[in-house]
Amino acid sequence: MNDKKKIITGLAIFLFLFTLPIWYNLVSATSAPEPELSAKAKAAKTCVRSKEYMVAEHMQLLDVWRDTVVRTGERTYTNPDGKQFNMSLSTGENSCIGCHVSKADFCDKCHNYASVNPYCWDCHIDPKEKK
Amino acid sequence: MNFKYLYSLILVIALFLIAYAGVEMAGMQFVFGILVPYAAVVIFLWGFISKILCWANSAVPFRIPTTAGQQKSLDWIRQNKIDNPSTTIGVVVRMALEILTFRSLFRNTKMALHKGAKLIYSWEIWLWVGALAFHWAFFTTVTRHLRFFTDPVPFPITLLEKADSFFQVGLPLVFQSGIVLLAALLFLFLRRLLEPQVRYISLAADYFPLFLLIGIALSGILMRYFIKTDVVAAKELAMGLVTFQPCIPETVGSIFYIHLFLVSTLLAYFPFSKLMHFGGVFLSPTRNQANNTRMQRHVNPWNYPVNTHTYEEYEDEFREKMIDAGLPVDKE
Repeated sequence: MNDKKKIITGLAIFLFLFTLPIWYNLVSATSAPEPELSAKAKAAKTCVRSKEYMVAEHMQLLDVWRDTVVRTGERTYTNPDGKQFNMSLSTGENSCIGCHVSKADFCDKCHNYASVNPYCWDCHIDPKEKK
Repeated sequence: MNFKYLYSLILVIALFLIAYAGVEMAGMQFVFGILVPYAAVVIFLWGFISKILCWANSAVPFRIPTTAGQQKSLDWIRQNKIDNPSTTIGVVVRMALEILTFRSLFRNTKMALHKGAKLIYSWEIWLWVGALAFHWAFFTTVTRHLRFFTDPVPFPITLLEKADSFFQVGLPLVFQSGIVLLAALLFLFLRRLLEPQVRYISLAADYFPLFLLIGIALSGILMRYFIKTDVVAAKELAMGLVTFQPCIPETVGSIFYIHLFLVSTLLAYFPFSKLMHFGGVFLSPTRNQANNTRMQRHVNPWNYPVNTHTYEEYEDEFREKMIDAGLPVDKE
């Protein structure tokens, strides 16, 4: 007379899929990560820009840095306060990794949490990685 | 003049402003970040379930599949097993092609007068292209968003993200699905606006979902590429919602709440609108039945017993009188 059984089965499958994150996280959820600042970064107090700016815009900044360095050879970044920095991700003390010494504790924590897989490390080598 | 699209546009702009003002001026993060999304999901689930259950109560007395090909016949006549299925497998294939590729829309035709007097029918593929692009891009986008609702993010989602940002344009990487989504929505809107026949039959309820989805896509794209917000904090909020430990991280920008409010509106609006074709497409009686009426007898289940009086019974009753009157009878 009607297809109630089939329809309710389909509806149950849909409801399960729709609420899947709830079931999934019952088993596995962790809390939000806190990137760890190294002693050097803590002492410096501020990055090349403010913390809020860096949280939201660091990928854009690094992208512009890469293009500037690769295309024009210009290696000096001047922030709005007039301070100058060496534009480099991973070379030496005067680079991002020079201050944020651990990729695992600093970069990866948030990246893994938000499922971001930047291709920085396709070319750059994290010196701390091989042990 | 047709103002139907204006009502919808104004409504979506109002929603945008409500969320913006609520968060930015009134500081109602708690309302827009926790109460509204929960309420929206409850309304969505309740509305969706009750609508489907209501539909499930409908009687299905007749076999009414559309027969778009040769039906099963003699052995030497080739059957079109998908367009005129006689088995469940055929029906499943037909439904899958319909739901995943919009096969019936692919056959859309346009009727027009050619050079004044000649009536011509032509194949009209663009609605199919736009609809398919929109639906798949939307599906990809929604699935991609599971990265905000799962921890750790399961492998298939990561894989989908990688595929979606395959061309590695810019940083953060551009997701193709977002661009296709917005372009397809704009196309579908312009189609309604610019084609006179479609504009004539378009109602505010047709424009509203389009504007709402355009608003969602725009706010999402703005948030990812332009007015950035703290992604980790955004995920914290989302995770709080799905683990029922809601929290409001302070670093989440108002663009996030606007996005979330528009999505909540979409969810709450969904069960009461034409968007229910998402559930309804599975219940299309002209597609989901096998055309097997020549192999199986389908009796209308609410047929009441009809008192019949066959000719044999009639003759038995009146035989003598018939013979007396000289009428021919079957049995002497």
